[in-house]
Amino acid sequence: MTVSDVELRELVPLVLSALVRRGADFATAEDAVQEALIRALSTWKDDPPADPTGWLITVAWRAFLDSARSEASRRDREVRFDAGPPSGAVPSADDTLHLYFLCAHPELTSASAVALTLRAVGGLTTRQIAQAYLVPENTMAQRISRAKRTVGRSGLDRPGDVRTVMRVLYLIFNEGYSGDVDLAAEAIRLTRQLASSVDVPEVHGLLALMLLHHARRRSRTGPDRRIVPLADQDRSLWDRELIAEGVVILQAALARDRLGEYEAQAAIAALHADATCVEDTDWPQIVEWYDELLTFADTPIVRLNRAVAVGEADGALAGLAALAAVDEQTPRRDAVAAHLHEKNGDLELAARLYAAAAHGAPNLAERNHQMRQAARLNQVLRPGQ
Amino acid sequence: MPKYLLLKHYRGAPASANNIPMDQWTPDEVEAHIRFMSDLATRLEGTGEFIDEQALSPDGVWVRYDGEGRPPVTDGPFAETKDLIAGWMVIDVDTYERAIELAGELSAAPGAGGEPIHEWLEVRPFLTAPPIVTE
Repeated sequence: MTVSDVELRELVPLVLSALVRRGADFATAEDAVQEALIRALSTWKDDPPADPTGWLITVAWRAFLDSARSEASRRDREVRFDAGPPSGAVPSADDTLHLYFLCAHPELTSASAVALTLRAVGGLTTRQIAQAYLVPENTMAQRISRAKRTVGRSGLDRPGDVRTVMRVLYLIFNEGYSGDVDLAAEAIRLTRQLASSVDVPEVHGLLALMLLHHARRRSRTGPDRRIVPLADQDRSLWDRELIAEGVVILQAALARDRLGEYEAQAAIAALHADATCVEDTDWPQIVEWYDELLTFADTPIVRLNRAVAVGEADGALAGLAALAAVDEQTPRRDAVAAHLHEKNGDLELAARLYAAAAHGAPNLAERNHQMRQAARLNQVLRPGQ
Repeated sequence: MPKYLLLKHYRGAPASANNIPMDQWTPDEVEAHIRFMSDLATRLEGTGEFIDEQALSPDGVWVRYDGEGRPPVTDGPFAETKDLIAGWMVIDVDTYERAIELAGELSAAPGAGGEPIHEWLEVRPFLTAPPIVTE
């Protein structure tokens, strides 16, 4: 049989749990599993094993014993583990869930929790994680081993809760794509796995949110990775299957009547997915969902996005009135103000605001996008110049 | 091979010959500029001379140590008069002459009217590791 990289990665938390059940400490076991994973990646293509899980457990257990023995001889102590591979210990969904909680330990920084989750639960190699986050491999290796020390020191008895796990998965999803691993797809895979092992509606809300946004990925950027705003996206490129799946998951979660932040965000994404064009969008209902979202997360960014929706639902002036209440320092505020003033017909002011938005843009793609907007309006205002 | 930093400034460099701000260009001119920058980086990857390229936000502050147990002192945002770096490209080339040639190409990026900006760029050699043979 052949095993794809994703299938291989799915085995990683099971193998890690098997080692921990056998008595290995989390940090050493996690290193051993990584070693087995790297060996699998280099040898399985030519010579795949009949029993991939058994192979990984055996190789990881040996790597663990080697490491424990050299540590023991360094400290002049005996190794108290059996030499044989752990057999019969079939790790359960609970074990995987426990790993999620461990990797999203509340004492970890976001960056550490993200890295540890991608390695211990996601089964990515340190090199892949380092490439995805554009940091040197040694730096990422240190970040992961420090994270494991923190988890070990704080005691495994006080792992993170499902909210911190969801935040970590959301962060992974939002980083998008760089390097040879699609982090958004990986976040979806991990969230699916989490949703199947824990009965929390909000986790399904998060999964729906991810699916609904991922469905639009092909239309979100044009050539040269340029930004294509929602209004200009080619909706025929949206992945209808993912949207349908996201909507079904969302509806089931909403039916359980325990609304949360991610469900509200997913509902907004679903309303966009449902519309054939911007004009056809149910903006009043989107505004209502932003109002719901504000009760969970009253942040300037939610208020800013709400102002855009109000602008579409009730007109530019209403949008500008909603914008007036948004903190001046909020990132992208100039861009929203520019859009609303353009909609209101004040092109001079809009052009100046687009230029200001380009100046304050947090990334090059956005800077270029806002610069194009400013240039477009200035051409209308001063043709032939 | 020596490495060079090609530094681009928001402020502080001598004025460019074609210094009309980008938001006053036509959309086609903006497009042409963005394409030129992306093509140049791709070409230098192809020749094995490209190392890194980064853009910096114009925001920033001065920071200094203020003694044991005290938070660092910050001063900013930067005054309008400050020399302000916009970004850089790092190249690894055979000779100084090649570094100058490439900086010249980068400075020829098209601006208003599709004409080269003639932007002044700072070219700075990296200090290298000491050689094995010194005598």
